Amino acid sequence: MLAGWSQKLRGSTAAVITGMALSIVVGVMASTASAAEETPKTDSSKTDAPKADATKSAGERLSGEVQSGDAVIDFINQEIRQAWQDNGLEPSPVADDYEWIRRVHLDIVGHIPEADVVEEFVASKDKSKRSILIDQLLDDPGYVRNWTTVWTNLCIGQNTPRRVSRDGMTKFFREAFGRGRAWNEVVFDLVSAEGHFEQNGAVNYLLAQMQDADDGVQMTAKTTRLFLGMQVQCTQCHDHPFNEWKQDQFWKFNSFFRQTGKIDHRKYDPKSGRDVDDYSEIVWRDFDGPVFFEKRNGLMQVAYPIYFGSEIDPGPVTERRKELAKLMTSGEQPAIALAMVNRMWCHFFGYGFTRPIDDIGPHNPPTHPALMERLATEFVNSGYDPKTLIKWIANSDAYTRTSRLSKKNQADNPAVGEIPMFSRVYVKPMTAEQLYDSLIIATNAHKSGRSGWEQSERQRQVWLQQFVSTFGNDEGEESSSFDGSIPQALMMMNGELVGDAVSFKSGSHLGDILSGKGSDTQKLQKIYLTSLSRLPTKGELNAVQKYFRGSREPLAVYSDLFWALLNSNEFIFNH
Amino acid sequence: MFLQSPSGMSRRHFMGHLAASAATLPALDFIANVQANAAELKKRNKSCILMWMSGGPPSIDIWDLKPGSKNGGEFQPIDTAGALQISEHMPKTALMMNELSVVRAMSTREADHGRGRYYMHTAYAPNPTVVHPAFGSVVSYELGTARKELEIPAFVSIGGGGSSPGFLGMSNAPFLVDASGNIRNAKNEGLSPDRLSQRLSMLGVVEDNFINSQRGDFGQAHKEVYQKAVNLMTSKQMEAFKIDQEKPETIAAYTAAPAQGGMMGGGGTFGRGLVMARRLVERGVPFVEVDFGGWDLHAGVFNALKTNHLPQLDAGIAALTADLKERGLLQDTVLVWMGEFARTPRINQDVGRDHWANSWSVMIGGGGLKGGVAVGETDKDGLTVSSPKAYQPGDIWATVSHALGIPLNRVHQSKRGRPMPLANSGKPIQELIG
Repeated sequence: MLAGWSQKLRGSTAAVITGMALSIVVGVMASTASAAEETPKTDSSKTDAPKADATKSAGERLSGEVQSGDAVIDFINQEIRQAWQDNGLEPSPVADDYEWIRRVHLDIVGHIPEADVVEEFVASKDKSKRSILIDQLLDDPGYVRNWTTVWTNLCIGQNTPRRVSRDGMTKFFREAFGRGRAWNEVVFDLVSAEGHFEQNGAVNYLLAQMQDADDGVQMTAKTTRLFLGMQVQCTQCHDHPFNEWKQDQFWKFNSFFRQTGKIDHRKYDPKSGRDVDDYSEIVWRDFDGPVFFEKRNGLMQVAYPIYFGSEIDPGPVTERRKELAKLMTSGEQPAIALAMVNRMWCHFFGYGFTRPIDDIGPHNPPTHPALMERLATEFVNSGYDPKTLIKWIANSDAYTRTSRLSKKNQADNPAVGEIPMFSRVYVKPMTAEQLYDSLIIATNAHKSGRSGWEQSERQRQVWLQQFVSTFGNDEGEESSSFDGSIPQALMMMNGELVGDAVSFKSGSHLGDILSGKGSDTQKLQKIYLTSLSRLPTKGELNAVQKYFRGSREPLAVYSDLFWALLNSNEFIFNH
Repeated sequence: MFLQSPSGMSRRHFMGHLAASAATLPALDFIANVQANAAELKKRNKSCILMWMSGGPPSIDIWDLKPGSKNGGEFQPIDTAGALQISEHMPKTALMMNELSVVRAMSTREADHGRGRYYMHTAYAPNPTVVHPAFGSVVSYELGTARKELEIPAFVSIGGGGSSPGFLGMSNAPFLVDASGNIRNAKNEGLSPDRLSQRLSMLGVVEDNFINSQRGDFGQAHKEVYQKAVNLMTSKQMEAFKIDQEKPETIAAYTAAPAQGGMMGGGGTFGRGLVMARRLVERGVPFVEVDFGGWDLHAGVFNALKTNHLPQLDAGIAALTADLKERGLLQDTVLVWMGEFARTPRINQDVGRDHWANSWSVMIGGGGLKGGVAVGETDKDGLTVSSPKAYQPGDIWATVSHALGIPLNRVHQSKRGRPMPLANSGKPIQELIG
């Protein structure tokens, strides 16, 4: 469907290396072929092992021998590896178990692993343990919670807008992820929703875009970005500066949203004697015919509800949003599949196939177009199952790699502007939610059972608010992240959450470790495992010993060490 | 959002700071260092104080009255110490108008709160592909990093909701405080300096390990923000936030409240914010923004102004100007007064005024700029700019840059490498830099 813009970058490796992505709008308008066109270069996808055997570590050999047994994973590995070869890169080594288990936990369930879980995983000799862990995490309740958080934030922001029910929105997503609903059905619901904001939580997405009476402009811009992965908002006022899109493109999309109305109900509160906010709902509004918009030269134009060439009846009876939802979620490789694939890839690797991930278009060629398209098609074929998509990505060879740069892939550094080649997994900052959930694990607060589920959720929301109220703007970048400001540093250094974690109150994790069995070294190891999910190096152990020797309060040394580990850059980054 | 160095920023001098501190680090050393450097603060540091009138103030009732017109409203203009007249409800400020000027020829197009706020703060219209820094972040970047003795953040926002540092990065983000001066988590009670020192020392060890692990720049950026936070915790300059150290008469002068503490309207927070701003400027903070909310007067505008907003505004501006002058700081401190837009000349059916960006006034003074002048004019009904030249926020910020000594040809870079000229290529206003 998006046939016009599929690029074949493989032939233009020079352009890839020099990174002049914008200038390569080479007119090779290939059709969006499936992988049938691409004959794999290697005859067997199982011989993934790099040619230089001498440099292979145990980890690498392990990775090469794990049979994925899955054609999609094999295709991912093949495409990524081919691009490495084309660009003269060799991948970073496979991550050790400590690095990998921490990362996969943060990525799938949104928090660090407990120390016991780390130890068990590292000790296991099962060759397919990584694959098994991925499956386990997908079935963990943390999976539902994490992705509910991610998508609620994407739809309504971290700061809940006025007259929007955050509870309603999270309920909708908890159900979507908890019941394993197909992604296209989820998108259908969000785009076409109507009704009471708690009874049909999906409407909160629309309500959040209706903060101003703007004839659906915000709704149009957000929907195209978030679900279609297309940034058409530039074309609200003029033809797109970098590609073929014309101004009427935006208004054609917008015309689908004009039948959306909302009612903000109020009710009488006997206690205060005043009217207060009650519920909000999305309702039908009569609209038919075209939308009128003004070109920059002042001429009025019309735009009819046409979705990529598919026209719908602009008459008064047509339910435009429902028709739009149908159009968006049908086809073999619709935009919503490409957008989801790109976003999911970015979630795990730190960068997507395009930058930004929600700006897919002819002006922004993807790094691995054949891969991106194949994944989109397969995602559709899987029944739009997010878990299947995650399995493919997380089981890929590239995802097993460390985040460290090596001598052979120095150029693979997107943080300084290079094109990502995924020869390593890139460092990602933790989100505020991930940080909170990880600190809770480090304190063992989740086990102390001191508060019920609802109360814990409230506490979490309250804690999160201290960051959200400070920087409540929408940058629209790849991940909503914890932004590294002074108030956050102060919170980490002096705040209650970390304060509790490093105390040795009874029931606290640190208290348990210190009062438990084991040598000093074993206790230190446990402290490192709890916070950084790894063992201390010899150098670190030596350094800590120095502190013990210089101090008359060994307990204080433990506490301060734990404090330092939780405050460290290594803790706060997902690497 | 991956932290990138804006071009031209020297990480090296920061790394020098950090390397030293990570290695030695007793907190006591920090404190000693700060006290030794206090003397350096006496030299001439330039600053800007932005008074931000959130909601869109009706400048037609404050700085550019139209008494003969049906749009004139209830107030009359009065003479001032400068060459222009202002509202009768700003008598104290009128006495200081030889130091302050009004740009009456603003015409800025954005009449939406969010867009107007963004436009006036950044000098750029909102754009989906890039986030521009508020001008405070620009000043923090241009002047703050060079002030080695400054231990508190270079951009402080008092009472406001914050703005984004955009492509200049988190170390130039506004530091938000409220008018009470309480900073959350700034202290760890019961922690001795020795313990803090031990913690920071261990932190250095762990952090260096990650920084040296070939993972890119993130570790370093994290360390820098922590360094700033620790500086904040241990700095004597934190006293700037403790406005209760001021004499009650001083606070009373700024807040139009009786010395014993009677409150009116906003509770004197604006005045208190200005006191804090002066204290911050004294310690070398180059940019302070003080928020004054509640100006979105779609109804009952004259009553609100007369009884609440203008007495506070008048007292605050006058006291701040006089105070800075007395301390010899006025020629180094630019004062700017603005909102996201102003209000309609036409008075609506609720005796209020609605949003209006077409012709309005911004007040600016101090910092060595010309005082007592009105730049440009509007027609007799206040509907359009009638003088030849109309001004944008970029011109205001260019004027501020001129006064602060920031080169006008500076060009920053967005994260994608797009050039971003200082103040969106605005030009300093000739009548002010005379």
